[in-house]
Amino acid sequence: MELVNPGIGLIFWMLLSFSILLVLLAKFAWKPILNMLSKREEKITRALNEANEAREQMKQLTANNERLLAQAKDERDAILNEARKMRDKMYEDAKIKAQEEGQRIIADAKESINIEKQKAITDIKNLIAELSIEMAEDIVKSELSDKDKHTRYVNARVEEMKLN
Amino acid sequence: MMVNSYNRNKYNFISIIVFTVLAVFLLPNVQAQNEFEATGAADIEAIEEHGQEKGFNAGETIIEHVVDAYSWHILTYKNKHVAVYLPVIIIDKEGFHVFSSKHFHHGEASYMGYAICQEGAMKGKLIKVAGDGTRDTNASFLDISITKNVLALFVSIILMLWMFIAAAKGYRKRGEGAPKGIARILEPLILFVRDDVARPALGDRSDKFLPYLLTVFFFIFLNNLLGLIPIFPGGANLTGNIAVTLVLAVLTFIITNINGTKHYWKDIVNTPGVPWWLKIPLPLMPVVELVGVFTKPIVLMIRLFANITAGHIIGLGFICLIFIFGQMNVGLGYGVSVVSVFFYIFMGILELLVAFIQAFVFTLLSAIYIGMATENPHAHSNEIK
Repeated sequence: MELVNPGIGLIFWMLLSFSILLVLLAKFAWKPILNMLSKREEKITRALNEANEAREQMKQLTANNERLLAQAKDERDAILNEARKMRDKMYEDAKIKAQEEGQRIIADAKESINIEKQKAITDIKNLIAELSIEMAEDIVKSELSDKDKHTRYVNARVEEMKLN
Repeated sequence: MMVNSYNRNKYNFISIIVFTVLAVFLLPNVQAQNEFEATGAADIEAIEEHGQEKGFNAGETIIEHVVDAYSWHILTYKNKHVAVYLPVIIIDKEGFHVFSSKHFHHGEASYMGYAICQEGAMKGKLIKVAGDGTRDTNASFLDISITKNVLALFVSIILMLWMFIAAAKGYRKRGEGAPKGIARILEPLILFVRDDVARPALGDRSDKFLPYLLTVFFFIFLNNLLGLIPIFPGGANLTGNIAVTLVLAVLTFIITNINGTKHYWKDIVNTPGVPWWLKIPLPLMPVVELVGVFTKPIVLMIRLFANITAGHIIGLGFICLIFIFGQMNVGLGYGVSVVSVFFYIFMGILELLVAFIQAFVFTLLSAIYIGMATENPHAHSNEIK
């Protein structure tokens, strides 16, 4: 019977001291400990979230970089193409221009040659005319002075003329 | 009663804890074993000295070790008692009486009209004795002596305050960092109570009841362990004392019913899901439910008391075997001691498991009872059956 007969004194002390223990622990132990535990858990959750976010951001950043790189490449290619085109065009243009110029020069040259030719022909014509006149003069003179001489002269002149 | 959400992980956790504790306590247990034998031997000597005709009474010896006492007997050596004599405090019509339990001479003498009852229903308690040595049944007095268990209670409370306030200080100092020192040992247990006991049963209301659940868990666990240390100041069978488990159960009962919702009380008066004829002419179900309100804490009280006391009794039983056989033949006593010590160690290991399991069960059931009483009728997410 002793075993299952609760002592009043023990009940009294148990109730009193357990209540005090409960109050003291609740105030000075459980509250700070549980607070700190949940705070730490929050911190870990936050850190994990932040890490995830950072990873996401990194992904975005990398994607961005790649996009930018691709863009730059495209741009470079476009610029190069443009330059190539420009060069080709310039080359073509220059070629055409040169051809034109050449042709023009040739034409000019031809023209000046023609002019010179005309001039020369005119000069020759004039010279021939003069010579003809001189010859005629001479012939007339000779004719008038000596028949043989005159003939010889004329023959000589003709000979001369042939040389020309 | 089962909480379905318990999974293998948690059992793994329990076993890790238990075996860690076990490893820590195995050595003292074995050492203490010898102490126990010494005590037992001393007891048998004492008994032999007191009366040659009276042999060794194993039952009496065991009960003596398991129940509360006014002095804390450590050992008897050459007919000299080594004991811590605790103060007796009595309140009667004349006021306070405080005196040392030494005056009782281990129950043999009376002092100031009081004596320790030696038999009957009041055995082991203080009684008022009349001048001729007979019991004065008319006397009314209150006995609030600092007994063996009260001292053990104080020791365990000081130990707990020291442990947890030191841990709390560490947490304050280190902030959100990893726990260190004593907090490192306590934190897994605190988290275990919070995440695996309180939260499954109480859900979002667990914060309100966690301080109580944690205090009860650690109080029972610590005292179960202290009870396994056979030498002063351990060895008091505190959690195996019905007065202690009574107070714990009453606290759970009070907390459960103070926080009971309208829904909880309505379900008791008008139990849902049973045929009307169980309620209407004869209120059978309401009576059953009402009885249930009281049986729950009573079961809590008896389970803890019986489990812990049984463990102590079995352990003591093995030790007593040595002396029972030793009385027949000294050599036989020595022979049996080998077996007894082996079994005692085995029981000690088992008791370490029981120490944790009983603390866990008491806390879990308290949490479930409180959870059922405070349940929100519209949120039937609780998996408790």
